[in-house]
Amino acid sequence: MSGRVLVGVKRVIDYAVKIRVKPDHSGVVTEGVKHSMNPFCEIAVEEAVKMKEKKLIKEVVVVSCGPQQVQETIRTALAMGADRGIHVEVPAKEYESLGPLQVSKILAALAKKEEAQLVILGKQAIDGDCNQTGQMTAALLDWPQGTFASEVTLEGDKVKVVREIDGGLETIKINTPAVLTADLRLNTPRYATLPNIMKAKKKKIANVKPADLGVDLTSRLEVLRVDEPPQRQAGVKVETVDDLVGKLREAGRI
Amino acid sequence: MAVSLALSGVARLGSRIGRSHQLIRSIHKRGVSSCIDPSHGLSEEQKEFQKVAFDFATNEMAPHMAEWDQKEIFPVEVLRRAAQLGFGGIYVQPDVGGSGLSRLDTSVIFEALSTGCVSTTAYISIHNMCVWMIDTFGNTEQREKFCPDLCLMEKFASYCLTEPGSGSDAASLTTSAQLKGDHYILNGSKAFISGGGDTDVYVVMCRTGGKGPKGISCLVMGWNSQPTRALIFEDCAVPVANLLGVEGQGFNIAMRGLNGGRINIASCSLGAAQASVQLARDHLLVRKQFGETLSNNQFLQFKLAEMATKLVASRLFVRQAATALQENRSDAATLCAMAKLFATDECFNICNQALQMHGGYGYLKDYAVQQFVRDSRVHQILEGTNEVMRMIVSRNLLSEI
Repeated sequence: MSGRVLVGVKRVIDYAVKIRVKPDHSGVVTEGVKHSMNPFCEIAVEEAVKMKEKKLIKEVVVVSCGPQQVQETIRTALAMGADRGIHVEVPAKEYESLGPLQVSKILAALAKKEEAQLVILGKQAIDGDCNQTGQMTAALLDWPQGTFASEVTLEGDKVKVVREIDGGLETIKINTPAVLTADLRLNTPRYATLPNIMKAKKKKIANVKPADLGVDLTSRLEVLRVDEPPQRQAGVKVETVDDLVGKLREAGRI
Repeated sequence: MAVSLALSGVARLGSRIGRSHQLIRSIHKRGVSSCIDPSHGLSEEQKEFQKVAFDFATNEMAPHMAEWDQKEIFPVEVLRRAAQLGFGGIYVQPDVGGSGLSRLDTSVIFEALSTGCVSTTAYISIHNMCVWMIDTFGNTEQREKFCPDLCLMEKFASYCLTEPGSGSDAASLTTSAQLKGDHYILNGSKAFISGGGDTDVYVVMCRTGGKGPKGISCLVMGWNSQPTRALIFEDCAVPVANLLGVEGQGFNIAMRGLNGGRINIASCSLGAAQASVQLARDHLLVRKQFGETLSNNQFLQFKLAEMATKLVASRLFVRQAATALQENRSDAATLCAMAKLFATDECFNICNQALQMHGGYGYLKDYAVQQFVRDSRVHQILEGTNEVMRMIVSRNLLSEI
């Protein structure tokens, strides 16, 4: 096995920021807004770095797709301990319509090219909330997938994954190479240390174009309109249970 | 959003649900860059340093700042965690465990940490100053013996210059150190020592020679501490090998340490003011009187604008002084004194005005703003009072060329 892990990271609007919809309802305001690494991607990077520290794998390669700014996010991952980065250049205009299908095609191509033993992603991004990229990547590669991972153990050429599911926890054992997606409780991401931030400057980030990987970025989806959630309306107080039942009937709820 | 982090809405007045949460949320909430954003003008790398310091302050310090204040806790575990990130010897050379960063990088880091707890960050900055003094003026044995442990905060340091009888007139200190064989015997006492009693390594300025600054030397000593805040030396023996530099160099070492120390303390004031301005701004957007939010009141709008302007002015001054010190410019020491004077005065006023804008609520211990006022007040006094800063500046202006 190559001992190489590919980690995908996404640059998103910081989780604490108040989101504003653009006046033309085409999307949300991103200009001048604080961005940071998707929290689940941080957890994915942390897991890969921990595996390397335990000498279970040899190299952590971090990849991000987007315009120039995503290099900041790649640098943060390098400062956490990733070895090298890959920036898949997607111009700003096309980035607006970049979704899980195209990203998973890119990741699948890179996973093959880098001969990755594992692809680790966050379970979803906090902007799109799609929860699709990991699963699609596994399908395109025809690799097993361990999604919503809250515990990962490498056992030879297999991986034991404890998954968070609606009913509780499910443990599966899958062959490598595999795709894993990180859930909240998988680990607590480390802070970058000052020396590591400086070392990260010297680590390499390669630039790649989607066309070089044979990926077509055309989106099959078109965003028609983006709106804020409706303002919460005032409720209505009723005196008796009969009134309540009557009102629910009126509103066609029962 | 699927992220299971509790996001509270707008800060509720009088709420006791973790006022530290009020502080944490408000600092991040707007997200759109404003004129007081401290990352303006920084390099990409400096922004990374700032982010780590800021995240550490938000997650590890701010939630405990009130408790540390109330219970007078010296937070050893959190300090050690900070040291593991490289904050124990920020401008100390890497060969002895330091992070080897510049004075400007250091200022940016302390300003960010200070938004989490001003007094703890002030201690970290004093610790850093002591490690730098040993790193810069120590010989190989001293550097290797003391610096690595100090950079990791395995051991904590204190700077001991002030005495009950000599504060601003530091050169008149009387703690004596008499050479007897291969030891100096110390007699005297030190006062107002930050960390005193909880720390392990003491950098002590004492008199080995005649009167005035030229008779002062600098000794590094360990201590099996008892919790006292005044240090009393009674026939205390310190090995000659622990003399930093040469005899008579102590005052110069002390002052060189203070140049950087002044920038660091001024940076802590910046952090307190930054946090206070954000708290004030958020309060104005929420609090209603006379039928509308306070943010519609022109006096308060103008007051907030003045606070922001003074904050940015202070920040620019401190960062310029840091750069001058890094480059060893001839005006560096005076500029550091000016920056300390300006920033600590202005930032205390900013914190004070922020408290005023909160009205009665500003005075409640539930609200962080009063702690920023109290913690930043002392910065006008330590590391050389702001009166002494004026002495330094006027001396520079009026000295015969």
